[in-house]
Amino acid sequence: MDQLLLILSQNFMKNALLVGVLVALCAALLGVLLVLRRYAMIGDGLSHVGFGALSIAYALRLAPMAVAVPVVILSAFLLLSLAENNKIKGDSAIAVLSSAALAAGVVASALAGGSAADLNGYLFGSILALEESDVILSVVLSAVVILLFLLFKNRIFAVTFDASFAKSCGVRVKFYNLLIALLTAVTVVVGMRLVGTMLISSLIIFPALSAMQISGSFRGVILLSALFSVAAFAVGLVLSTTLPAGAVIVLCNFALLLVCTVVAKVRN
Amino acid sequence: MNLITVDALTVHNERTLALDNVSFTVREGEFLTVIGENGAGKSTLVRTILGIQKPDGGSVTLEKSINGKIGYLPQQSEAQRDFPAAVREVVLSGGIGQTGLFPFYSRAQKARAAATMEMLGLAAVANKNYRALSGGQQQRVLLARALCAADKVLLLDEPTTGLDPLVTKELYETVSHLSRSHGMTVLMVSHDLAGVLKYTDRILHLKNRVLFLGTAAEYAKTALGKAFGAGEN
Repeated sequence: MDQLLLILSQNFMKNALLVGVLVALCAALLGVLLVLRRYAMIGDGLSHVGFGALSIAYALRLAPMAVAVPVVILSAFLLLSLAENNKIKGDSAIAVLSSAALAAGVVASALAGGSAADLNGYLFGSILALEESDVILSVVLSAVVILLFLLFKNRIFAVTFDASFAKSCGVRVKFYNLLIALLTAVTVVVGMRLVGTMLISSLIIFPALSAMQISGSFRGVILLSALFSVAAFAVGLVLSTTLPAGAVIVLCNFALLLVCTVVAKVRN
Repeated sequence: MNLITVDALTVHNERTLALDNVSFTVREGEFLTVIGENGAGKSTLVRTILGIQKPDGGSVTLEKSINGKIGYLPQQSEAQRDFPAAVREVVLSGGIGQTGLFPFYSRAQKARAAATMEMLGLAAVANKNYRALSGGQQQRVLLARALCAADKVLLLDEPTTGLDPLVTKELYETVSHLSRSHGMTVLMVSHDLAGVLKYTDRILHLKNRVLFLGTAAEYAKTALGKAFGAGEN
């Protein structure tokens, strides 16, 4: 116990907890929307795009986040509008974009002379080695995402539950779809730093799925998803000590999903 | 007074002509049913009236007081069937067009949602999950939501699809009651002529253009009405 308190009192641990809790909240909130819209794979696709953008930024010696944030936002707009148009199916569009971006990233980092340590951090997360500027950026961005989500919760619900009805009431459905795409993109980029591109999509999907097993109201699902996400993150971070934190957090989420599924089965 | 005036409306979907020079009016307080087969342009008509789709020719004019206040009951989508939403949340979302810039529902809107659920017999299931309800109850919930959006006009798009005959009849009776006792104007799109004939005031038979427009009794006597199933009852 003393050892635990000692670990928690370290500065890097405080930063990791602060950023982690905020990102886990963002991922949990948006995850509910993405799972409901059948876009569960969009987080995965966007994280690969983020990886590609970062690798190219490294190769060209540009500021990594300054490149990745706009590229991922644009890709999110593109993917969500493709899914709306239905000309190319949304899931194939995600697959095409994510594998192309991943390949471009691998080629770019090979051209730049192999594996930079930083790149490794983006692939697998480096939550315990956050720099001060990362912490500030992550905190601001996640706070904005959470605030906008809560402010527009009712409209986001109306648009997601029934877009035709929302349109008939004069709600600007396109605007809210863009907003959701924007919030998702920001969450993915910030989350990449935390658990890495490989695992961010699980932060988005797992808590939402777990919450949907248990609750039957939108508000309940949102609250539970946030709770599960933060709990799995905190427990995973503390348990990880010598293990890779990102992977342990994902395993905690997975365990929680299994428990929720069993609870739902038993209830029925 | 005419609440909705459709004048020489022409709409194309991609390259096919969905609506060809369609004109009619919806009068205040009446129950008008648009009948037609699949592909007759019924859904296009609905979308154009709601302003979701733009006309290529002609116009739709809404009376000032109903602008943005049409209680729309759309066809259900696949995603809704397993959406975690409490009945209360769905009904409340009918007020989404009236919140203005304010992000939350007002006390008056919450009271209206509660009163509407009471009226449609949904009070007991207000906290239940929408996806756990029967098809008929789900339609009632969507009807309650539409009533929270509308003061005067309901626009129902194939509301009885997938419902069994008994539940269909109950839904028609509820809509008819809203029209007769609450003065609601109802515009309903349907292919269930036999079922609706008893309740509707007027019929518009659509096949991309207007084949018939008149009272239900007149329609039942025409060859067209008989061929389309009005003789069955």
